[in-house]
Amino acid sequence: MQRYQQMFNRLKTEQRGAFVPFVTVGDPGPELSFDIIKTLIDGGADALELGIPFSDPIADGPTIQNANLRAMAAGVTPAMCFDIIRKIREYNADIPIGLLLYSNLVMARGLDNFYSQAAAAGVDSVLIADVPLHESKMFRQAAMAHDIAPIFIVPPNVDDDDLRAIASYGRGYTYLLSRAGVTGTETQAAMPTAELIARIRAYNPAPPLLGFGISTPAHVKDAIANGAAGAICGSAIVKILEQNLGQPAKLLSELKQFILQMKAAT
Amino acid sequence: MSELKLNPYFGQYGGMFVPQLLVPALKQLEQAFVDALQDPAFDAEFQQLLTEYAGRPTPLTLCRNLSPNPLVKIYMKREDLLHGGAHKTNQVLGQALLTKRMGKTEVIAETGAGQHGVATALACALLGLKCRIYMGAKDIERQQPNVFRMKLMGATVIPVTAGSGTLKDAVNEAMRDWSASYATSHYMLGTAAGPHPFPTIVREFQKMIGEEAKQQILKAEGKLPDAVIACVGGGSNAIGIFADFIKEEGVRLIGVEPGGKGINTHQHGAALSTGSYGILHGAFTAIMQTSDGQIEESYSVSAGLDYPAVGPQHTHLQQTGRAEYVAINDDEALAAFQHLAKAEGIIPALESSHALAHALKMAKEATEPMVLLVNLSGRGDKDLSHVHSILAEQATDNAKTSNEGAH
Ligand SMILES: Cc1ncc(COP(=O)(O)O)c(C=O)c1O
Repeated sequence: MQRYQQMFNRLKTEQRGAFVPFVTVGDPGPELSFDIIKTLIDGGADALELGIPFSDPIADGPTIQNANLRAMAAGVTPAMCFDIIRKIREYNADIPIGLLLYSNLVMARGLDNFYSQAAAAGVDSVLIADVPLHESKMFRQAAMAHDIAPIFIVPPNVDDDDLRAIASYGRGYTYLLSRAGVTGTETQAAMPTAELIARIRAYNPAPPLLGFGISTPAHVKDAIANGAAGAICGSAIVKILEQNLGQPAKLLSELKQFILQMKAAT
Repeated sequence: MSELKLNPYFGQYGGMFVPQLLVPALKQLEQAFVDALQDPAFDAEFQQLLTEYAGRPTPLTLCRNLSPNPLVKIYMKREDLLHGGAHKTNQVLGQALLTKRMGKTEVIAETGAGQHGVATALACALLGLKCRIYMGAKDIERQQPNVFRMKLMGATVIPVTAGSGTLKDAVNEAMRDWSASYATSHYMLGTAAGPHPFPTIVREFQKMIGEEAKQQILKAEGKLPDAVIACVGGGSNAIGIFADFIKEEGVRLIGVEPGGKGINTHQHGAALSTGSYGILHGAFTAIMQTSDGQIEESYSVSAGLDYPAVGPQHTHLQQTGRAEYVAINDDEALAAFQHLAKAEGIIPALESSHALAHALKMAKEATEPMVLLVNLSGRGDKDLSHVHSILAEQATDNAKTSNEGAH
């Protein structure tokens, strides 16, 4: 999980923010998925946020739900996802890799087993979409035991008690939600004010990255201008995959262009 | 991280596995519930709605002709006679009052058979709340009359095509909606499952079923029943009739899960009977899943039982041995459905027919006098066209085989 610290240090000297793309591993199929993730890195991603396909993604809107379904329909299993991630880690030794997934996938493998497999594949952080602070104890302890950063979400309605807990338990980065609701570009990001981000930062949590509804370079720019350490973009990227199914070359070139533009806004 | 007011766990089962975003909404609900329980005005209003609007107490009926064994008496708690046609109305009135207490004006609900949808729609019509109901596309097809009932009472019914198009997917969609709308909307979950505090709230607002039944059977028999039997979808009618008997150690508590085409096939909804545990819809409980942890699609002839998990208190009751859980297949439930109609002039819901079928099995095997209490959780009107087409199909199949036999 030291890779996050190294990334933020580098960005500080560059005086830039982080751009962190999200895709579901195995979408639309295992081989192309590796090329897609490689393209994210080549396009200038500072870190990666990777989903593991799950049957019931309750925190996701239609775009990422479909990504989960496509990967599952292609026969992608968590074990195959770890294989793909291992190859990505071989391709790039430095980029922080975060997992974003649902609790039952962790439970099914057994906590210790899951985090040890993730660490072996080269994962730096794990965010479990349906594990709030109250239920996080056994997960964060297993994460720390394997040198994996537990990531916590700061929703717009966060209270001071939760901020204090997130600052003390979170490592790597803090996931700042731009708005309520599920993932998707259907509802645009609502920029948190500079005051809100300053209030959060006053608790000294791991650096906050803003996510949910980030789909344009302007969103990335505004997030950083208001004090976020960077931005996470998921559905807008997954849409590029969805619109280019069956045309891998076009998919990868459009994807590269988009990542370049988003990174340029940092 | 502020503390919860109530224990979110039943032994090791339960909890509040939801996105962080929804935690304040669940805490607000818990607070409103705790306050309401201490407010005599809340209880008075709830009781008034239950008696004057919904028709409580419901009768307890001793079957005259159903029992196949003279040693065995079968009593039915008649939730089918409750306004709305099922036990669902009880807890919905309670949650609707909580919605108003929280100052919320809109209600989201999921429905499988459509019974919870109908109950939600009627409570919202009565109490002036706006409601939208998520329902699997496949369920909309097999439960048409209930869809029409909901719409008549002013609800918006939103079809869910994602996944299997049944109750599980409707719950997913309702939770997604709620994560954007919790400031103005209450999520009126329809069973004793889901994240804390729902399993506790739903039990408390359904436990009058067992409290009434206990008094009624004591009056009729002068003693407690030997067993209390209820079908288990998410577990609300079962926990409602069990709750007041849990402390009565001599009374067997038996939950009946949907065995579908058999629990050794993959086509069933018997989460407790298969013994696999994990997290679905906010709770750590018995669920149907693959070895990777992907949730499996459940199957049952009865839409209201077609759910791949069960409320966490049932999992706890099973683990501690206080309650037993068995499975009844489609065919056995369909037979019990017809049997009750012919024997007693009562058409039960297909869900409740599972409980009846198990009572009939116990009765057949009994060698000593036995008093059984079955929760007749709902009436079968909603199932008429579904059962009609199944029986018609079976009749043609039978005709075919006997024709073939004649050649
Ligand atoms: C009549 C009836 N009984 C039982 C159920 C199953 O739900 P639960 O297990 O919550 O009682 C339903 C659900 O729709 C129902 O309509």
